[in-house]
Amino acid sequence: MSAYWPSLMGGTLIGLSAGMLLLLNGRVAGISGILGRLAQGRQMPTNAAFVIGLMLGPLFYRLWSGAWPSVTITASLPVITIAGLLVGFGSRMGSGCTSGHGVVGLARLSPRSLAAVASFLAAGVATVTLMRLVSP
Amino acid sequence: MMRPARSSSARILIAQFSVAQVLIAQVLVALLAGAVFGLGLSLSGMLDPARVRGFLDVAGAWDPSLAFVLGGAVAVASAAMLLRRHLRRPAFDAEFHLPATTPIDTRLILGSAIFGAGWGMAGLCPGPALAALSLGLAPVALFVTAMLAGMVIHDRLAAPQPGGSQS
Repeated sequence: MSAYWPSLMGGTLIGLSAGMLLLLNGRVAGISGILGRLAQGRQMPTNAAFVIGLMLGPLFYRLWSGAWPSVTITASLPVITIAGLLVGFGSRMGSGCTSGHGVVGLARLSPRSLAAVASFLAAGVATVTLMRLVSP
Repeated sequence: MMRPARSSSARILIAQFSVAQVLIAQVLVALLAGAVFGLGLSLSGMLDPARVRGFLDVAGAWDPSLAFVLGGAVAVASAAMLLRRHLRRPAFDAEFHLPATTPIDTRLILGSAIFGAGWGMAGLCPGPALAALSLGLAPVALFVTAMLAGMVIHDRLAAPQPGGSQS
Protein backbone atom coordinates (compact mmCIF):
# COMPACT_ATOMS: atom_id res chain seq x y z
CA MET A 1 0.00 0.00 0.00
CA SER A 2 2.76 2.44 0.95
CA ALA A 3 4.09 2.18 -2.61
CA TYR A 4 0.96 3.99 -3.78
CA TRP A 5 1.22 7.01 -1.42
CA PRO A 6 3.14 9.19 -3.92
CA SER A 7 0.53 8.36 -6.57
CA LEU A 8 -2.32 9.30 -4.23
CA MET A 9 -0.53 12.50 -3.11
CA GLY A 10 0.25 13.41 -6.72
CA GLY A 11 -3.38 12.82 -7.67
CA THR A 12 -4.49 15.02 -4.77
CA LEU A 13 -2.31 17.86 -6.08
CA ILE A 14 -3.78 17.40 -9.59
CA GLY A 15 -7.30 17.61 -8.10
CA LEU A 16 -6.27 20.69 -6.08
CA SER A 17 -5.01 22.35 -9.27
CA ALA A 18 -8.27 21.58 -11.10
CA GLY A 19 -10.31 22.89 -8.14
CA MET A 20 -8.24 26.07 -7.92
CA LEU A 21 -8.62 26.80 -11.62
CA LEU A 22 -12.37 26.20 -11.47
CA LEU A 23 -13.20 28.16 -8.30
CA LEU A 24 -10.85 31.09 -8.93
CA ASN A 25 -10.79 31.44 -12.73
CA GLY A 26 -13.96 29.53 -13.61
CA ARG A 27 -12.03 27.37 -16.07
CA VAL A 28 -11.78 23.62 -16.66
CA ALA A 29 -8.27 22.16 -16.19
CA GLY A 30 -8.28 20.23 -19.44
CA ILE A 31 -4.78 20.21 -20.88
CA SER A 32 -5.78 19.40 -24.47
CA GLY A 33 -8.35 22.21 -24.35
CA ILE A 34 -5.83 24.67 -22.88
CA LEU A 35 -3.22 23.69 -25.48
CA GLY A 36 -5.78 23.75 -28.30
CA ARG A 37 -6.92 27.27 -27.37
CA LEU A 38 -3.28 28.35 -27.10
CA ALA A 39 -2.61 26.97 -30.60
CA GLN A 40 -5.64 28.94 -31.86
CA GLY A 41 -4.42 32.10 -30.11
CA ARG A 42 -7.40 32.24 -27.73
CA GLN A 43 -7.02 33.49 -24.13
CA MET A 44 -3.28 33.59 -24.65
CA PRO A 45 -2.11 35.05 -21.27
CA THR A 46 -3.87 32.55 -19.01
CA ASN A 47 -3.36 29.49 -21.22
CA ALA A 48 0.34 30.29 -21.72
CA ALA A 49 0.74 30.86 -17.96
CA PHE A 50 -0.81 27.46 -17.21
CA VAL A 51 1.50 25.67 -19.68
CA ILE A 52 4.57 27.49 -18.27
CA GLY A 53 3.48 26.50 -14.76
CA LEU A 54 3.00 22.89 -15.90
CA MET A 55 6.58 22.83 -17.18
CA LEU A 56 7.84 24.34 -13.91
CA GLY A 57 6.23 21.45 -11.98
CA PRO A 58 9.07 18.94 -12.56
CA LEU A 59 11.60 21.65 -11.60
CA PHE A 60 9.85 22.14 -8.24
CA TYR A 61 9.84 18.37 -7.83
CA ARG A 62 13.60 18.37 -8.52
CA LEU A 63 14.19 21.11 -5.90
CA TRP A 64 12.06 19.30 -3.34
CA SER A 65 13.17 15.69 -3.82
CA GLY A 66 16.66 16.19 -5.24
CA ALA A 67 16.02 14.05 -8.32
CA TRP A 68 14.19 14.46 -11.61
CA PRO A 69 10.99 12.42 -11.99
CA SER A 70 11.76 9.33 -14.04
CA VAL A 71 10.71 9.36 -17.70
CA THR A 72 11.35 6.03 -19.44
CA ILE A 73 10.51 6.01 -23.14
CA THR A 74 10.84 2.67 -24.92
CA ALA A 75 8.88 3.49 -28.10
CA SER A 76 10.83 4.13 -31.33
CA LEU A 77 10.78 7.62 -32.88
CA PRO A 78 8.30 6.67 -35.68
CA VAL A 79 5.96 5.18 -33.06
CA ILE A 80 6.34 8.35 -30.93
CA THR A 81 5.44 10.50 -33.95
CA ILE A 82 2.33 8.49 -34.84
CA ALA A 83 1.30 8.38 -31.18
CA GLY A 84 1.65 12.18 -30.89
CA LEU A 85 -0.46 12.74 -34.01
CA LEU A 86 -3.18 10.39 -32.70
CA VAL A 87 -3.17 11.99 -29.23
CA GLY A 88 -3.42 15.52 -30.67
CA PHE A 89 -6.09 14.65 -33.25
CA GLY A 90 -8.11 12.39 -30.96
CA SER A 91 -8.13 14.75 -27.97
CA ARG A 92 -9.51 17.56 -30.17
CA MET A 93 -12.10 15.30 -31.84
CA GLY A 94 -13.19 13.85 -28.50
CA SER A 95 -13.19 17.31 -26.80
CA GLY A 96 -10.77 16.32 -24.05
CA CYS A 97 -8.13 14.02 -22.65
CA THR A 98 -7.15 12.36 -19.37
CA SER A 99 -7.41 15.67 -17.47
CA GLY A 100 -10.54 17.28 -18.93
CA HIS A 101 -12.63 14.11 -19.17
CA GLY A 102 -10.71 11.93 -16.69
CA VAL A 103 -10.38 14.33 -13.76
CA VAL A 104 -12.79 17.26 -14.19
CA GLY A 105 -15.44 15.40 -16.20
CA LEU A 106 -15.65 12.46 -13.80
CA ALA A 107 -15.72 14.87 -10.84
CA ARG A 108 -18.72 16.58 -12.50
CA LEU A 109 -20.34 13.15 -13.06
CA SER A 110 -20.62 14.05 -16.74
CA PRO A 111 -22.06 11.14 -18.78
CA ARG A 112 -20.07 12.36 -21.81
CA SER A 113 -16.81 12.24 -19.87
CA LEU A 114 -17.61 8.81 -18.45
CA ALA A 115 -18.16 7.55 -22.02
CA ALA A 116 -14.93 9.24 -23.19
CA VAL A 117 -12.90 7.72 -20.32
CA ALA A 118 -14.33 4.25 -21.05
CA SER A 119 -13.44 4.69 -24.72
CA PHE A 120 -9.85 5.89 -24.26
CA LEU A 121 -9.11 3.37 -21.49
CA ALA A 122 -10.41 0.51 -23.67
CA ALA A 123 -8.39 1.75 -26.67
CA GLY A 124 -5.28 2.23 -24.51
CA VAL A 125 -5.54 -1.24 -22.98
CA ALA A 126 -6.15 -2.81 -26.41
CA THR A 127 -3.17 -0.98 -27.94
CA VAL A 128 -0.73 -1.91 -25.16
CA THR A 129 -1.91 -5.53 -25.18
CA LEU A 130 -1.65 -5.79 -28.98
CA MET A 131 1.81 -4.22 -29.04
CA ARG A 132 3.02 -6.65 -26.37
CA LEU A 133 1.63 -9.61 -28.31
CA VAL A 134 3.21 -8.46 -31.59
CA SER A 135 6.64 -7.70 -30.13
CA PRO A 136 6.97 -9.11 -26.59
CA MET B 1 -31.62 31.32 -13.61
CA MET B 2 -27.98 32.22 -14.19
CA ARG B 3 -28.54 35.05 -16.66
CA PRO B 4 -29.49 38.00 -14.39
CA ALA B 5 -26.80 36.96 -11.89
CA ARG B 6 -24.20 36.92 -14.65
CA SER B 7 -24.70 40.53 -15.72
CA SER B 8 -24.91 41.87 -12.17
CA SER B 9 -21.84 39.95 -11.03
CA ALA B 10 -19.97 41.22 -14.08
CA ARG B 11 -20.81 44.74 -12.98
CA ILE B 12 -19.58 44.01 -9.44
CA LEU B 13 -16.35 42.62 -10.89
CA ILE B 14 -15.74 45.74 -12.95
CA ALA B 15 -16.71 48.03 -10.07
CA GLN B 16 -14.18 46.48 -7.67
CA PHE B 17 -11.17 45.84 -9.91
CA SER B 18 -9.78 47.13 -13.16
CA VAL B 19 -9.70 44.80 -16.18
CA ALA B 20 -5.90 44.67 -15.93
CA GLN B 21 -6.00 43.68 -12.25
CA VAL B 22 -8.44 40.86 -12.99
CA LEU B 23 -6.25 39.61 -15.87
CA ILE B 24 -3.13 39.65 -13.65
CA ALA B 25 -5.00 37.66 -11.00
CA GLN B 26 -6.17 35.14 -13.64
CA VAL B 27 -2.63 34.75 -15.02
CA LEU B 28 -1.16 34.19 -11.54
CA VAL B 29 -3.87 31.61 -10.72
CA ALA B 30 -3.21 29.82 -14.04
CA LEU B 31 0.56 29.81 -13.40
CA LEU B 32 0.12 28.43 -9.88
CA ALA B 33 -2.50 25.87 -10.97
CA GLY B 34 -0.16 24.74 -13.77
CA ALA B 35 2.77 24.37 -11.37
CA VAL B 36 0.69 22.41 -8.83
CA PHE B 37 -0.58 20.20 -11.67
CA GLY B 38 2.97 19.62 -12.95
CA LEU B 39 4.28 18.87 -9.45
CA GLY B 40 1.40 16.46 -8.93
CA LEU B 41 2.17 14.68 -12.20
CA SER B 42 5.86 14.43 -11.24
CA LEU B 43 5.08 13.05 -7.78
CA SER B 44 2.43 10.62 -9.03
CA GLY B 45 4.60 8.75 -11.53
CA MET B 46 2.25 9.76 -14.36
CA LEU B 47 5.18 11.53 -16.07
CA ASP B 48 6.76 8.14 -16.75
CA PRO B 49 5.44 6.54 -19.98
CA ALA B 50 6.65 3.11 -18.80
CA ARG B 51 4.37 3.30 -15.74
CA VAL B 52 1.42 4.62 -17.74
CA ARG B 53 1.79 1.70 -20.15
CA GLY B 54 2.14 -0.62 -17.15
CA PHE B 55 -1.25 0.67 -15.93
CA LEU B 56 -2.82 -0.04 -19.33
CA ASP B 57 -1.23 -3.51 -19.49
CA VAL B 58 -4.04 -5.19 -17.55
CA ALA B 59 -3.34 -8.59 -19.10
CA GLY B 60 0.38 -8.41 -18.28
CA ALA B 61 2.37 -7.05 -15.32
CA TRP B 62 -0.36 -4.61 -14.26
CA ASP B 63 0.76 -1.54 -12.29
CA PRO B 64 -2.35 -0.20 -10.50
CA SER B 65 -0.69 2.99 -9.20
CA LEU B 66 -2.32 5.32 -11.71
CA ALA B 67 -5.75 4.31 -10.42
CA PHE B 68 -4.67 5.99 -7.16
CA VAL B 69 -3.64 9.11 -9.11
CA LEU B 70 -7.03 9.32 -10.82
CA GLY B 71 -8.89 8.44 -7.60
CA GLY B 72 -7.10 11.14 -5.58
CA ALA B 73 -7.55 13.74 -8.32
CA VAL B 74 -11.26 13.02 -8.86
CA ALA B 75 -11.96 13.02 -5.09
CA VAL B 76 -10.43 16.48 -4.58
CA ALA B 77 -11.91 17.87 -7.81
CA SER B 78 -15.35 16.57 -6.75
CA ALA B 79 -15.12 18.62 -3.55
CA ALA B 80 -14.43 21.72 -5.68
CA MET B 81 -17.41 20.84 -7.89
CA LEU B 82 -19.68 20.62 -4.84
CA LEU B 83 -18.34 23.95 -3.54
CA ARG B 84 -18.99 25.52 -6.95
CA ARG B 85 -22.73 24.93 -6.59
CA HIS B 86 -22.80 27.43 -3.73
CA LEU B 87 -20.95 30.12 -5.67
CA ARG B 88 -22.56 32.52 -8.11
CA ARG B 89 -19.31 33.08 -9.98
CA PRO B 90 -15.59 32.26 -9.68
CA ALA B 91 -13.34 34.71 -7.81
CA PHE B 92 -11.76 36.26 -10.90
CA ASP B 93 -14.35 35.98 -13.66
CA ALA B 94 -17.98 36.91 -14.21
CA GLU B 95 -19.10 33.32 -14.82
CA PHE B 96 -18.03 29.69 -14.80
CA HIS B 97 -16.90 28.42 -18.21
CA LEU B 98 -18.06 24.83 -18.21
CA PRO B 99 -18.62 22.77 -21.36
CA ALA B 100 -22.24 22.62 -22.45
CA THR B 101 -23.96 19.31 -21.87
CA THR B 102 -24.33 17.72 -25.28
CA PRO B 103 -25.32 14.15 -26.15
CA ILE B 104 -22.77 11.36 -26.39
CA ASP B 105 -21.94 11.18 -30.10
CA THR B 106 -19.65 9.40 -32.55
CA ARG B 107 -17.06 12.21 -32.43
CA LEU B 108 -16.70 11.82 -28.66
CA ILE B 109 -16.33 8.04 -28.73
CA LEU B 110 -14.20 7.82 -31.90
CA GLY B 111 -12.00 10.79 -30.92
CA SER B 112 -11.42 9.35 -27.44
CA ALA B 113 -10.58 5.94 -28.95
CA ILE B 114 -8.02 7.56 -31.32
CA PHE B 115 -6.59 9.45 -28.35
CA GLY B 116 -6.46 6.23 -26.30
CA ALA B 117 -4.61 4.37 -29.05
CA GLY B 118 -1.92 7.08 -29.17
CA TRP B 119 -1.78 7.19 -25.36
CA GLY B 120 -1.20 3.43 -25.26
CA MET B 121 1.45 3.51 -28.01
CA ALA B 122 3.72 6.07 -26.35
CA GLY B 123 2.44 6.15 -22.75
CA LEU B 124 2.16 9.93 -23.01
CA CYS B 125 -0.87 12.22 -22.91
CA PRO B 126 -0.95 16.04 -23.22
CA GLY B 127 -0.33 17.02 -19.55
CA PRO B 128 2.62 14.73 -18.79
CA ALA B 129 4.12 15.36 -22.25
CA LEU B 130 4.17 19.15 -21.72
CA ALA B 131 5.50 18.83 -18.16
CA ALA B 132 8.20 16.35 -19.24
CA LEU B 133 9.50 18.90 -21.78
CA SER B 134 11.44 20.39 -18.83
CA LEU B 135 13.67 17.31 -18.73
CA GLY B 136 15.00 18.13 -22.21
CA LEU B 137 14.44 14.72 -23.76
CA ALA B 138 14.29 14.61 -27.57
CA PRO B 139 11.52 11.94 -27.84
CA VAL B 140 9.26 14.06 -25.61
CA ALA B 141 9.86 17.13 -27.78
CA LEU B 142 9.06 15.03 -30.87
CA PHE B 143 5.84 13.77 -29.25
CA VAL B 144 4.71 17.31 -28.34
CA THR B 145 5.46 18.56 -31.88
CA ALA B 146 3.47 15.67 -33.41
CA MET B 147 0.65 16.25 -30.90
CA LEU B 148 0.39 19.94 -31.85
CA ALA B 149 0.42 18.93 -35.53
CA GLY B 150 -2.40 16.44 -34.81
CA MET B 151 -4.44 19.22 -33.16
CA VAL B 152 -3.91 21.58 -36.09
CA ILE B 153 -4.73 18.82 -38.61
CA HIS B 154 -7.97 18.14 -36.73
CA ASP B 155 -8.95 21.80 -36.56
CA ARG B 156 -8.24 22.30 -40.27
CA LEU B 157 -9.77 19.11 -41.64
CA ALA B 158 -12.13 17.56 -39.14
CA ALA B 159 -13.43 20.37 -36.93
CA PRO B 160 -17.16 20.20 -36.15
CA GLN B 161 -19.64 22.92 -37.11
CA PRO B 162 -19.27 26.15 -35.05
CA GLY B 163 -20.46 25.78 -31.47
CA GLY B 164 -18.44 22.69 -30.53
CA SER B 165 -16.97 22.83 -27.04
CA GLN B 166 -13.55 21.80 -25.86
CA SER B 167 -12.95 20.78 -22.26
